[in-house]
Amino acid sequence: MFVPCGRGGGSAGSDFKGFTLLMPAVSVGNVGQLAIDLVISTLDMTKVGYFYTDCLVPMVGNNPYATAEENSMELSINAEVYSLPSKKLVVLQIRSPFIKNKYRPFCQTLLSWVKSSKCARIVLLSSSHAYQRDDEQLLGTPLRYLLTPDLEKAIGGLMQELSWKEMEKIAAYPGINDTEKVLHIPGGGITKLLFTESCSKGIQMAVLLKFCSEGDNIPDAFALVNYLNEWLQLIKSEVNTSSQWKIPSSWRLLFGNGLPPALF
Amino acid sequence: MATFFGEVVVAPSRAGVDDEEWAEEAREETPEDREIRRELEKKREIDVLWTVKSGASTESTAGEPFACSKFIVAIGHNAAAFLSSFILDSVCWEVVGVVKLWNEWCRTSNTTTVLPTDSFCLFYRLISDPTVLLCQCSCYVAEDQQFQWLEKVFGCMRKEGLQVTILSTCPVADYKTQESTLTLPSPFLKALKTKEFKEPVCCPLLEQPNIVRDLPAA
Repeated sequence: MFVPCGRGGGSAGSDFKGFTLLMPAVSVGNVGQLAIDLVISTLDMTKVGYFYTDCLVPMVGNNPYATAEENSMELSINAEVYSLPSKKLVVLQIRSPFIKNKYRPFCQTLLSWVKSSKCARIVLLSSSHAYQRDDEQLLGTPLRYLLTPDLEKAIGGLMQELSWKEMEKIAAYPGINDTEKVLHIPGGGITKLLFTESCSKGIQMAVLLKFCSEGDNIPDAFALVNYLNEWLQLIKSEVNTSSQWKIPSSWRLLFGNGLPPALF
Repeated sequence: MATFFGEVVVAPSRAGVDDEEWAEEAREETPEDREIRRELEKKREIDVLWTVKSGASTESTAGEPFACSKFIVAIGHNAAAFLSSFILDSVCWEVVGVVKLWNEWCRTSNTTTVLPTDSFCLFYRLISDPTVLLCQCSCYVAEDQQFQWLEKVFGCMRKEGLQVTILSTCPVADYKTQESTLTLPSPFLKALKTKEFKEPVCCPLLEQPNIVRDLPAA
């Protein structure tokens, strides 16, 4: 599945022992993916490989993080891996939706790759439909976290210090029986599947998600990446952290082309 | 999205996953479900059939990978028509293979005599240099079949020294640019190339944030 390549590739580039794997879930508003774009772009991460997989819709384009003519000609595909050894960080970016019936095989292959490459833990950035919040969730912060039991043991206390809110479980049979609670992440894509699989496989995983709706999700991405930064401290957090994240060049024209002058 | 008063529309989510689909997947598969899924998968399988010199069709799995120096793939009606009009002729090129597939949008057969309006996917070989291969793919290859097409077709050829050229078309309306596409002189060419491709490219490279998807991307 993982194919090492590029300037940072080779055996050194694909040694992720003890690294934190940061990845997005393809979810409502694509917030996780936008947040990952900000991380890769700001930290100027090096591409070390890609996933050769039949689970995602194929796509290809030129380097989405290009800053100049010289670095704008590298091809980029739907699932690529970037690394920053100085922060023991490896990032997977997913750029296209899953093909029907392929989410489960992808999750299984991903988790076995995580185990074989000896990553210490996974941090999954995701989002959930804002309109499905209950009355209590409508108040306060729209950001939530989840930890697998193995990670809870390691850093549960830190979450208390940060005053983070854990994602609430909802009643399995609302209105009928409120005692049985289940995890429900509507619009979260593979988030719930990856989380439950990680719990059962003893993998340390954290999910960071934001309640949002489809629309201009750039502010949501900034909120999520700042949330992540409170914990992982990827960039120095000053008063106005939003301005310290570098927007990649591929975010141009997110809402269409220029207007035809004949319109006026 | 314009709707009439009182119409409730469920907006599709970019998560790409319907919550009902999740519930479906979460349920345990019954033997009947498994059987149905297997049958559907079999129906959507792609067959690559290579014709041998005698003209009979044989399964590609039996053969050794053959040498190929240049492989030109035209995907879509426009690209296929371009090859038909300007490159292909019965003197220099011979049909050597066909892809048989079915999906909700089209069906191709294993016949090699086709009309321009048919959906087909044919392979041609340059008679004077049999390592030059050409593919005309005017049928739509569905998302779940693209990877299979890729593996089965490229699995038949040796990849050392292979140069692949993919010809495709996209609507101008999909092109993202600062100005409006209304005033853009069209048609125009853009290219994407791997870093291993060292020859000069005949047109400008595709600028960010434009992308290519589906079979050409695969």
